Amino acid sequence: MTAPSALELERRAFRAKRSRRSIWISVGSTLVFAALVWVGVVSTPGWHAVQQSFFDPGTAAKAVPAVLKGLWLNIRVLFVSAACVLVLSVLLAALRTLRGAVFFPIRAAVAIYTDLFRGLPLLIVLYLVGFGIPALGFFPRMPAGFWGTAAIVVTYTAYVSEVFRAGMEAVHPSQRLAARALGLGYWQTQRLVILPQALRKVTPALMNDFVSMQKDVGLISVLGAVDAVRAAQIQVSLSYNFTPYLVAGLAFVVLAVPMVRLTDWYTAKLQRREQMGGVV
Amino acid sequence: MSALLSLAGIRKSFGDHEVLAGIDLDVAEHEVVALVGASGSGKSTLLRCINLLEQIDDGRILLAGEDISDPRVAADRVRARIGVVFQHYNLFPHLNVLDNVTLAARHVHRLPAADARRKGMDLLERIGLGAKAREFPDRLSGGQQQRVAIVRALATDPALLLLDEITSALDPELVGEVLDLVRELKGQGTTIVMATHEMAFARDVADRVVFLDSGTIVEQGHPDAFFGAPQHERTRRFLARVRH
Repeated sequence: MTAPSALELERRAFRAKRSRRSIWISVGSTLVFAALVWVGVVSTPGWHAVQQSFFDPGTAAKAVPAVLKGLWLNIRVLFVSAACVLVLSVLLAALRTLRGAVFFPIRAAVAIYTDLFRGLPLLIVLYLVGFGIPALGFFPRMPAGFWGTAAIVVTYTAYVSEVFRAGMEAVHPSQRLAARALGLGYWQTQRLVILPQALRKVTPALMNDFVSMQKDVGLISVLGAVDAVRAAQIQVSLSYNFTPYLVAGLAFVVLAVPMVRLTDWYTAKLQRREQMGGVV
Repeated sequence: MSALLSLAGIRKSFGDHEVLAGIDLDVAEHEVVALVGASGSGKSTLLRCINLLEQIDDGRILLAGEDISDPRVAADRVRARIGVVFQHYNLFPHLNVLDNVTLAARHVHRLPAADARRKGMDLLERIGLGAKAREFPDRLSGGQQQRVAIVRALATDPALLLLDEITSALDPELVGEVLDLVRELKGQGTTIVMATHEMAFARDVADRVVFLDSGTIVEQGHPDAFFGAPQHERTRRFLARVRH
């Protein structure tokens, strides 16, 4: 490699100086902004009372073990739900792309299901599934966590199957043509050619749905399952202090952060690949 | 000996527009037939009808004596016997080169994975792309991608190979390597029907040139006769236009 010219060296020096300066400016402005917010909050008339009832270190420390134990239930519900949602969504998306008059009832049923459950608030689905189905007396007694998982699965499957369908329809028709020309059948084409490409296209959207699911698993507490939120509620009623809620909230944030960062990183990576070579 | 492929009275319309207005064409085994004609003359549609990717409105298609236009015939099984190469390669971007080539062998012809791989590698070595077997298609040049697409179509030993303007999307300096491969296939006795804009190539490789205009065959013949002494006014006008 040849040594850079004096002109290029001068340009590099300038760019380095400019980026050092912008780092200092951003650090400085962040500190000033944070200080302003802090002073603003602390100088409110009710701050002292809020500090005692929401930010009490002693109560927080006592709540941590119970909240973490509850969080373990949330994590299990999350991963079981995510796996079920993934499988069911792919199935529903494939059913909805079926062509032909014979399959009209299937397409219609899937369409009604996705419309209904994308519209229904999760909280109401939780009540319906969690209290309604056990009341039928048909199923054996199941823990609240089970029904909570079921409610999350039916709600999220409706969303995620639409994401998959959009992804499958976004694969260029020439891919289907090429696959069928090789003699692959309809389902073989879906499985070997369309779905793998669709999956790549929708991964950022799926990761985003997973992030939103991570906090929605906290709602199973309304069914009486002792998850992180319910554990915090119990601690609150024991201590007459709201700090345990904050502990539970932070636990959810800490749980979500790796996935949030991973989603952003992966989305940015895909974007870079598509706009190779530019500086704007 | 009857023809390997026999088309009789093929008609196809898209809405009001009649793209194929009664095509009769026989292709013998080991024959290379070049379909030429202006854009929209029906060349690509005819190829897609032969492979059952389009449904014909009338007529009959016989492949090795079997009526493949009969709706009772399993279309997937017919397509498995015909190889197609498209203008835009249509390689599968999520599979590496070797997996692209062996996909049909593994899933349509149910060859054991090891056999399919050996055969795929063999074909890739022959076209000088053995080293690219593990690369993904987007890392290859257009000419390399199109050669992989040809090998993908050949990997299942089809009875008939259809080439749909396979050099139209390529940079001029990459056309040669693709055409060389087609020339080599002819040497091995592959039966080929190709739609093409490369007149020089059609003249060089084809056993017969078929000129389509507005969905009918206007003229056909040996390349020397077709290019040397075209009989029809429409053929002469077309050749005059494409020659410069």
